Amino acid sequence: MAETTGAGAAPKQGFLKSLEVDTRLLGMIGAFIAVCLVFNLMTDGRFLTARNVFNLTIQTVSVAIMATGMVFVIVTRHIDLSVGSLLATCSAVMAMMQARWLPGIAGLEIGHPLIPWLSILAGLVVGGAIGAFNGWLIGYLTIPAFIVTLGGLLVWRNVAWYMTSGQTIGPLDPTFVAFGGINGTLGPTASWIVGLAAVAVALWALLSARRAKAGHGQPVKPVWAEAVLAALIAAAILGFVAILNAYDIPAARLRRIFEARGEVMPEGYTQGYGIPYSVLLLLAIAVVMTVVAQRTRLGRYIFATGGNPDAAELSGINTRLLTVKIFAIMGVLCALAGMVASARLANHSNDIGTLDELRVIAAAVIGGTALSGGIGTIYGAILGALIMQSLQSGMAMVGVDAPFQNIVVGAVLVLAVLIDILYRKRMGAR
Amino acid sequence: MSIDRTGTPLVEMEDICISFGGVHAVDHVSVNLWPGEVVGLLGHNGAGKSTLIKILSGAYRADSGTIRINGSVAHIHNPRDARACNIETIYQTLALADNLNASANLFLGRELVTATGLVDDARMEAETARIMARLNPNFRKFSEPVSALSGGQRQSVAIARAVYFNARILIMDEPTAALGPHETQMVAELIQELKRQGIGIFLISHDIHDVMQLCDRASVMKNGQLVGTVDVAKVSDDDLLGMIILGKHPGDHAAA
Repeated sequence: MAETTGAGAAPKQGFLKSLEVDTRLLGMIGAFIAVCLVFNLMTDGRFLTARNVFNLTIQTVSVAIMATGMVFVIVTRHIDLSVGSLLATCSAVMAMMQARWLPGIAGLEIGHPLIPWLSILAGLVVGGAIGAFNGWLIGYLTIPAFIVTLGGLLVWRNVAWYMTSGQTIGPLDPTFVAFGGINGTLGPTASWIVGLAAVAVALWALLSARRAKAGHGQPVKPVWAEAVLAALIAAAILGFVAILNAYDIPAARLRRIFEARGEVMPEGYTQGYGIPYSVLLLLAIAVVMTVVAQRTRLGRYIFATGGNPDAAELSGINTRLLTVKIFAIMGVLCALAGMVASARLANHSNDIGTLDELRVIAAAVIGGTALSGGIGTIYGAILGALIMQSLQSGMAMVGVDAPFQNIVVGAVLVLAVLIDILYRKRMGAR
Repeated sequence: MSIDRTGTPLVEMEDICISFGGVHAVDHVSVNLWPGEVVGLLGHNGAGKSTLIKILSGAYRADSGTIRINGSVAHIHNPRDARACNIETIYQTLALADNLNASANLFLGRELVTATGLVDDARMEAETARIMARLNPNFRKFSEPVSALSGGQRQSVAIARAVYFNARILIMDEPTAALGPHETQMVAELIQELKRQGIGIFLISHDIHDVMQLCDRASVMKNGQLVGTVDVAKVSDDDLLGMIILGKHPGDHAAA
């Protein structure tokens, strides 16, 4: 981080340095914008339509949710190869709960209002328990995480298979499906309210951080830099809301919604989708995980353990229990990702989440998480997931053949890590 | 600066024995330490100096012997007990998390938290600035990860950690082993500062020059036994070497 000496006292500082924005973050945003612009050019403007941005966003959510947990796992020098399979098991539990077990065994009628919530709860408990079990094997029995989760990759994929007999389970409960994206959005008005609230919270966070620093007599950045940063954040949030609101619900679908309410749709009526619930969920997870990473003892211990496991141990940190907690968090996030993924498809299919472990790890690593441990950010991982998804869907839109799509994604992963290594070297081998 | 040795010693280790599988690693050794004093522990590898000091820091339990802190008998069974007696150890490897900044390292495992239970970085950084102003006024790199610090600066973070939590007794294991001359000087100044504050220091070292420069007294060990404890001002380098290598007390030499 740049060290500033307060307003007026630092005339020689550059614009970016005064803003105290992470240069790595800037680089990633730059790469993301470049990807978007190139695809937009190649698709004659189809890439950056409201419709495609909306789709891109909801396609990213599931992997992004898991990537935030993978940051903690990789920061502590572990790896989790079982997230895709764990997602499948959690998704299978949730699907079986609402389609078979709750109606069949517990005798709840299909459509009972408790069904989606009990299913989600069961998924979260199963995810958390499996994650904690993995963490126990790794932390207390000291089996390498690579092996535990490689085994888990096979075990949980096939537990899911066994549970569902390999069948596609559906249709899922309508309330549950609302978490998938297109079938559950806030609508324009509520989206604007949420957007404005988010801006207010962001401004308050900036202000209180500044107050806390100044209150202890520490240097703060110049007021203009603070203002520029605030303006950028507000513009990004409100711009995002505007785009999601600009994607109109198709007329035929609107007409059906009106008919379902027993009304007739007025001629020429349009309505935007607004923010999907799944995206709200991702944002909430991002905020919570960032607070955990930066402002809690748990987060501090995660990063300390990643930086120097011996030092953490000597400082009285229980690194074994810490491992259990980290993998339990990862498990819960897999369950949430499973909920979003199966809700988006409106059913549980046997191959759900296949190869997601690689997408999730790639997202975290592209987002600047170092496999050597101790370094990584939540926002970086989410941005990494977004970049990966943009590449994938952009290439599909341009008409790149499927094998080439995967070749490019693989090459980008390796290249991203190379750039990261070179960057770190230049910054002084951090 | 002369040490006042009339009062109660800070630490008295009396007649300490410990053996590992028949080997007497520490064999009826007694050492003591007064406030504001630096006592060097010298000896070859395997002489028993590290083992002796690990008994004080709680890593090992003595087979026999007594430890008195401020005159009263202390039972030190683990590192937490040692901490409760205000004994802090600075490890040779420094035990810092490289990716965290100075204040995060200083408070690692003992973070200050706000009323809502979140870590209070602003307050911890302010406290770090305060203690560093006392220990190492030139220290400026508060927000950088400690990997960006020099060896001496890292050493001062490790020492600050001990001092901030009110260590009265400091155990330093080879504090200058990995440092250049300038940084060694910095650590030497730090030790002088700690002495002024009345902290007692056991300094384990291989380096006679370090001991001659930094310590008030030196206790030399060989084969698990105490060769003797001498006033550093009254002996020469060669006397100390003789004690380490030959196990010969300078008093014997004078008599011969």
